[in-house]
Amino acid sequence: MADNGIQKLIMPQWGFSMTHGRVVEWLVAEGSQVSPGAEVLEVETDKAVGVVESSVNGTLRRHVARPGQEIPVGGLLAVVADPSVSDEEINRFVDSATVEQANDDPGAQEATPQFVEVAGRTLRYLKLGDGGEQGGGGRPLVLVHGFSGNLNNWLFNHSPLAADRAVYAVDLPGHGLSSKDVGDGSLDTLAAVLCDWLDAVGLSQVHLVGHSLGGAIVLALALQNPQRVLSCTLVASAALGSEIDAEFVEGMVQADRRRQLKPYLERLFADPGLVTRQLVDDMLKFKRVDGVHQALGSIAGKLLADGKQSRVFRERLPEIAKPILVLWGGQDRILPASHAVDLDPHCSVEILDHCGHMVQMEDPAEVNRRIADFLRDSD
Amino acid sequence: MARTLTFQQAINEALDQEMARDESVILLGEDVAGGQGADGDMDAWGGVLGVTKGLYGKYGDRVMDTPISESAFVGAAIGAATAGLRPVVELMFNDFMGVCFDQIFNQAAKFRYMFGGKAQTPVVIRTMIGAGFRGAAQHSQSLYSLFTHIPGLKCVVPSTPYDAKGLLIEAIRDQDPVIFFEHKKLYPLEGDVPEESYAIPFGEAEIVRDGRDVTIITLAEMVHESLQAAEQLAADGIDCEVIDLRTTSPLDEETLLESVAETGRVVVVDEANPRCSMATDISALIAQQAFSALKAPIRMVTAPHTPVPFSDNLEDLYKPDAARIADAVRKVSEYQAWQTTESKN
Repeated sequence: MADNGIQKLIMPQWGFSMTHGRVVEWLVAEGSQVSPGAEVLEVETDKAVGVVESSVNGTLRRHVARPGQEIPVGGLLAVVADPSVSDEEINRFVDSATVEQANDDPGAQEATPQFVEVAGRTLRYLKLGDGGEQGGGGRPLVLVHGFSGNLNNWLFNHSPLAADRAVYAVDLPGHGLSSKDVGDGSLDTLAAVLCDWLDAVGLSQVHLVGHSLGGAIVLALALQNPQRVLSCTLVASAALGSEIDAEFVEGMVQADRRRQLKPYLERLFADPGLVTRQLVDDMLKFKRVDGVHQALGSIAGKLLADGKQSRVFRERLPEIAKPILVLWGGQDRILPASHAVDLDPHCSVEILDHCGHMVQMEDPAEVNRRIADFLRDSD
Repeated sequence: MARTLTFQQAINEALDQEMARDESVILLGEDVAGGQGADGDMDAWGGVLGVTKGLYGKYGDRVMDTPISESAFVGAAIGAATAGLRPVVELMFNDFMGVCFDQIFNQAAKFRYMFGGKAQTPVVIRTMIGAGFRGAAQHSQSLYSLFTHIPGLKCVVPSTPYDAKGLLIEAIRDQDPVIFFEHKKLYPLEGDVPEESYAIPFGEAEIVRDGRDVTIITLAEMVHESLQAAEQLAADGIDCEVIDLRTTSPLDEETLLESVAETGRVVVVDEANPRCSMATDISALIAQQAFSALKAPIRMVTAPHTPVPFSDNLEDLYKPDAARIADAVRKVSEYQAWQTTESKN
């Protein structure tokens, strides 16, 4: 915040490849009150249309970006300030911010994923935020995606969460651009690889957020190596009950054509309309890569036994003496939200009724807010 | 990790990765090594347009220059395939296929069938198609429909670097004879191509642009002309779906029919001559299986029924382009069933 109480809303970065966003329309008029999480404007990128949320509290004084305009990541979108701040002060602020922006090298800010060797495997990860002075001083966070996902599953979460701390998103073995060797494909093996990766990137203690299979891996890691873990956030997590849509898991392994794959992907969302052709094509491109079919098959083979989850850590949650947040979509068709009921009392549980399995993509504002609050309390 | 490669580099990488993965993959054709035995042969030409450049240096005798006798070396490749190798044979221009037709459609295409499944012929024949290269009548044809006609052959006609690599890898791993048609005008086209090996299954058309008003069905270089036309038409409020066949045999009928069921209006764009072509074949398929969905007659945008002209101006007229495609789309989108009785235009 500037001394005079003027605050900026800037273009977020959704995924490492995003360098610019095109303003579609303002959802909040000048002069309106905004609060953190409020949906402020719609932005279109190469890959998606998303909603920018306010990160601050106050009166939205000025729309700086106009519909149709391309704004670089980090570029000024709007100014928020108290009504007592004069229009002249707002003008000066906008002018100086725009000049600064023009002087910035547009490519310099772009975060790129990195690759690291971990016990014979190459793992890809993306780090955003630095946790330093500007990063709010929070302790580092690692985001772990689910079965057949990749680090881009956190497209709408990664950058907002990085306002407070360094946030890493990693591609699990067999996924994204990491090596396709998954060993025996078991949760213990994947958790051990994740732990080796923490060593490789020099992270001694972290907050962990895991989605679906990633949640089960987070739990396995917390049970194996409790000293590495500050907190666990389990988003629609596996291994909290035995029921699972086994047909979905098998379908994700076997389907190799658009027409077969699409119905399975539609089960991931409360609104199947979110499954665009681009989303299906990206999944097919991943599944066609040599080694992926075997990798997913090995993981599925360990995950399932007779159509049920073979590992359930529900009874072992009391052993994890760290804060646990459980988030679930009430309309999850892959893993039922009933798995969030009657967990060990030290777990905080939030059900988002309107979401399906991809909670973090379906309501990023709510998920980001709840995770950020939880992490601040657990730092 | 994806980086930008040309169509030509994508084909080279597919060959390279499959040769590294599987020792039974060999290359043969006119000049595919190039400069063999001469000074500097490790940096040899690699085919008439350099597509196989660098492979001789890496794989030595597995890359074989042949005499200028298509019937001999295509026959040799087919024989080698039945005996357990996976030859990829380059037959420079598809216009020269005529001299080895017996090996292709009477031998390779028939072995599996005639020997009751006991013989397999995993051969790939790579060949260039397409006009626009000032190559005149004998170096510019697009003859994929001739081969699509023959049961027992698989026909692949890629349009992008990503597809070229994935479809060629699939072709090499396939157990049947595959004819792989490369449009020579696409060689410099750039696109994202993953470093990893990947195989794209045959018989799945790609929807390269979503749209609700008119379906444009096309292949090879015409995919790009069609996309350009679709962009122009979008400005006029006509929303085109563009479908790239990718393989003509097997043909993904389902994707075509599903799209036509939504739009009811179809333009088929094919660079080849119009008689007994992919354009007529697809039009017949739609007329037969989606008749009740049609809101306008199917239109074809093709070359005329003439050889490819040598004159630059005539060759440009010969080849379909975005303007002609856009014109055809406008006609099918304006068509009203009652107009013939109201106003006979």
